[in-house]
Amino acid sequence: MYEGVVQDLIDELGRLPGVGPKSAQRIAFHLLAADPVDVRRLVVALEQVKEKVRFCRICGNVAEEEECRVCRDPRRELSVICVVEEPKDVVAIERTREFRGRYHVLGGAISPIEGVGPDDLRIRELLARLADGTVTELILATDPNLEGEATATYLARLVKPMGLRVTRLASGLPVGGDLEYADEVTLGRAFEGRRLLDV
Amino acid sequence: MGSVGLYRDEGVVLRTQKLGEADRIVTLLTRETGRIRAVAKGVRRTSSKFGGRLEPFMHVDLQLHTGRSLDIVTQAETITPFAAVLGGDYARYTAGTAMLEAVERLTDAEREPAVQHYLLLVGALRSLAAAEHDPGLILDAFLVRSLAVAGYAPSFDACTGCGLAGPHGAFAVAAGGSVCPDCRPVGSAAPAPATLALLGALLTGDWASADASEDRARREGHGLVAAYLNWHLERGLRSLRLVERV
Repeated sequence: MYEGVVQDLIDELGRLPGVGPKSAQRIAFHLLAADPVDVRRLVVALEQVKEKVRFCRICGNVAEEEECRVCRDPRRELSVICVVEEPKDVVAIERTREFRGRYHVLGGAISPIEGVGPDDLRIRELLARLADGTVTELILATDPNLEGEATATYLARLVKPMGLRVTRLASGLPVGGDLEYADEVTLGRAFEGRRLLDV
Repeated sequence: MGSVGLYRDEGVVLRTQKLGEADRIVTLLTRETGRIRAVAKGVRRTSSKFGGRLEPFMHVDLQLHTGRSLDIVTQAETITPFAAVLGGDYARYTAGTAMLEAVERLTDAEREPAVQHYLLLVGALRSLAAAEHDPGLILDAFLVRSLAVAGYAPSFDACTGCGLAGPHGAFAVAAGGSVCPDCRPVGSAAPAPATLALLGALLTGDWASADASEDRARREGHGLVAAYLNWHLERGLRSLRLVERV
């Protein structure tokens, strides 16, 4: 045990995900030895993240204003919405530079065992966005695991009567892998979703 | 289990929890060892050798390494990919999830062999994946039989108080099932005779009459099963309220 403030700092750092008691101690002593300017910058960043960041009123992504950067961008297509589970997924898809539409962040996936049902996600907000008919395609980009699949199935069934095109991200073999190591489910999906090679 | 460390077993994945950066803790019901919790390292990476094999519902052949508190999954081969089918049908997904949660709660301790629970679960998942019956009926049949295996067999015929042959018109959750007019405690439910007949059929596996049952009996039957299960588990199943009834 260290004296008061040092121990408080170690305890607080230790509550962060992935930080154990030893790492917390190492970070605390690093901060203690660091330049006050650097520490100040960290303090400001921490304060601002809680003060400024909120959730976009349209898509639910993290934003610094009422609307997030993607929703404010006039160059983005209004006719396509890509549905994801978390703000982290928006960043992952943005990195591909393949998608020019807008997003909708659900805030999780349907998982009855964790007590998360459709009413706990931002599904009502999604339906409201689809109501005016501007959107013609809905891309379901929930995680390719059981909860993500079930959520996609639920959404597809829900919006089917609205008559828009509903697509699901392809599942299959990871680029750069060996076929023999692929599990049966993934390989089966890859077969299902095989495409014509047009050469 | 000796100090050798490695062992083989087959099991069904009941639940997964994230652990650290890319790992998961997987809760499994295995044939030989009973309910266990094991770490699947790196399973959340897209390059993981496990791929989709350790998702809930998956029936897998496993090699595990005995750890201090949690075992470690070293290899997994698919026996039956139930998850592939159940993830694509919402009603069956929610019914199946309730089964997984129920079996986790009804098997008392980790590492207590529970072969009957295991066989019951695999059978129920197989039936659910093959869409042999209505998902809600498969769930209720699974629940009453799991309760029976766990030692809480409900009676849908003879009185649980005096043993008088039934059927009786009253059902008391706390008393263990059907009760005759003399033994009937205050506040007993009074289900329709068809409901008790349905539940009896589900318990004994008389699918011909269960499939022929009417919606009203199914709904009332499900309510009784849920009440009975919640009474014995003390804390209700979270997934039960999200089960979709078709």
